[in-house]
Amino acid sequence: MITLTDVHKAFGTNKVLQGVNLTIPRGESMVIIGGSGTGKSVALKSILGLVTPDSGTITVDGQDVTKVERDAFLARFGMLFQGGALFDSLTVWQNVAFRLLRGSLKRPKDEAREIAIEKLRRVGLKSEVADLFPAELSGGMQKRVGLARAIAAEPEIIFFDEPTTGLDPIMAGVINELIREIVVEMGATAMTITHDMSSVRAIADKVAMLHDGVIQWTGPVADMDDSGDPYLDQFIHGRAEGPIEAVR
Amino acid sequence: MTLLAPVATLGRNTIGILAALGRITIYLVQTIGHMIRPPFYFKEFGHSLLTIGYFSLPVVGLTAFFTGGALALQIYAGSARFSAESVVPQIVAIGMVRELGPAMVGLMIAARVTSSIAAEIATMRVTEQIDALVTLSTHPMKYLTVPRVLAAFITVPILVGIGDVIGIFGGFLVATGKLDFNAATYLNNTVDFLEAADLASSLIKGAVFGFIAALMGCYYGMNSGRGAQGVGKATKSSVEAAAVLILAANFLLTSVLFAS
Repeated sequence: MITLTDVHKAFGTNKVLQGVNLTIPRGESMVIIGGSGTGKSVALKSILGLVTPDSGTITVDGQDVTKVERDAFLARFGMLFQGGALFDSLTVWQNVAFRLLRGSLKRPKDEAREIAIEKLRRVGLKSEVADLFPAELSGGMQKRVGLARAIAAEPEIIFFDEPTTGLDPIMAGVINELIREIVVEMGATAMTITHDMSSVRAIADKVAMLHDGVIQWTGPVADMDDSGDPYLDQFIHGRAEGPIEAVR
Repeated sequence: MTLLAPVATLGRNTIGILAALGRITIYLVQTIGHMIRPPFYFKEFGHSLLTIGYFSLPVVGLTAFFTGGALALQIYAGSARFSAESVVPQIVAIGMVRELGPAMVGLMIAARVTSSIAAEIATMRVTEQIDALVTLSTHPMKYLTVPRVLAAFITVPILVGIGDVIGIFGGFLVATGKLDFNAATYLNNTVDFLEAADLASSLIKGAVFGFIAALMGCYYGMNSGRGAQGVGKATKSSVEAAAVLILAANFLLTSVLFAS
């Protein structure tokens, strides 16, 4: 279970998180929605220790994330980055097997390659792409490779940062389905940040809306349409009018 | 207030430079700390040896060759004013080995290697590849900085040694081909005049310059701003810092090594 308690983070005078409280139960898929620049990525990166909160506590299974042994802690996570964040200098299979080629999860090279090809198949890519470089792939294929890398070491917790940004609707649907299947199949705890409402409906068990540095609304995805929360209503229906000010 | 504005600007810039030096010093200490603690990424180190050392050979060789040739012409023209043309081999040798070889190679490495490291790492920063490394339980300093800095520290002195030889050879070709020097006499004078200390100083300078060049590339790359502008600024700043620090270190090392 991941718990954020009264988490604050500011960058200079820009107060991004102003007391975020959120609980993600084990094995659930939580999707965080909110406008651009509302701190969704900061919240996610704070859990991983990529950003240090100014105050508040973040725990994973009761352990304070600032006091854990980093390698063992990070070995529990997989993450799909918005742009894929694939390493340009490595081939596709080396990207996927990155964690299996070094560190505490190191395996023999042949075994690591076999696992990488298996994970590539799992995300719908043929073994022929294994020896290509990321620059030789389309955006959708890069996302799939990023997804394969995120699940390669079979993590307990998977984070998805804007998984469908920049993809056409059909490819976005394919990625959403894959994420849902994989999360269910692995029994992993998932946290996704997105503005794409089709992703929310496809991936989420629960939804949390981040606005003005706090969680504005949280609840099961089934309750989202009847929440009665004006902020959430405006966001999910994409209305220009409402309590959320749109910069024109 | 207007009268004090230049003083305020000077103060701000001075504080900025001192703060940057402080941050670079911390980065240097962290780099050395990571160099002596496992894990070590040997494959990345091997790759860095190739890209920093081997692939810099053509540019270093050409630079040294033309510098040696030009030096011979200059010394000949200058020494002719007091009929001392015979010192050309000795001055070319000592000039290349003690000063021009290390400084020229250092600056070429700053141009070629520092810029490339900074641009590569800054792009990795901007495209979240550095964050991805962290989430994959890999320390970016160990994976990116240590192999590059160590490779530059080892290969740049070798490049300097090769540059010294090529530079002297450039001077030799000009002197024997254009200035009518006897080839055997030229070579004898060169070899007799150079001392082990000259060569040692050249290699020490090369090691220090290599370290500085790679460290600046890594530091500015890791601390890059966002977007294409951030990458461009990181690259430009890294080369400027490396060039200035290399020339400052050159002065300091010359002062220390040839104090007597």
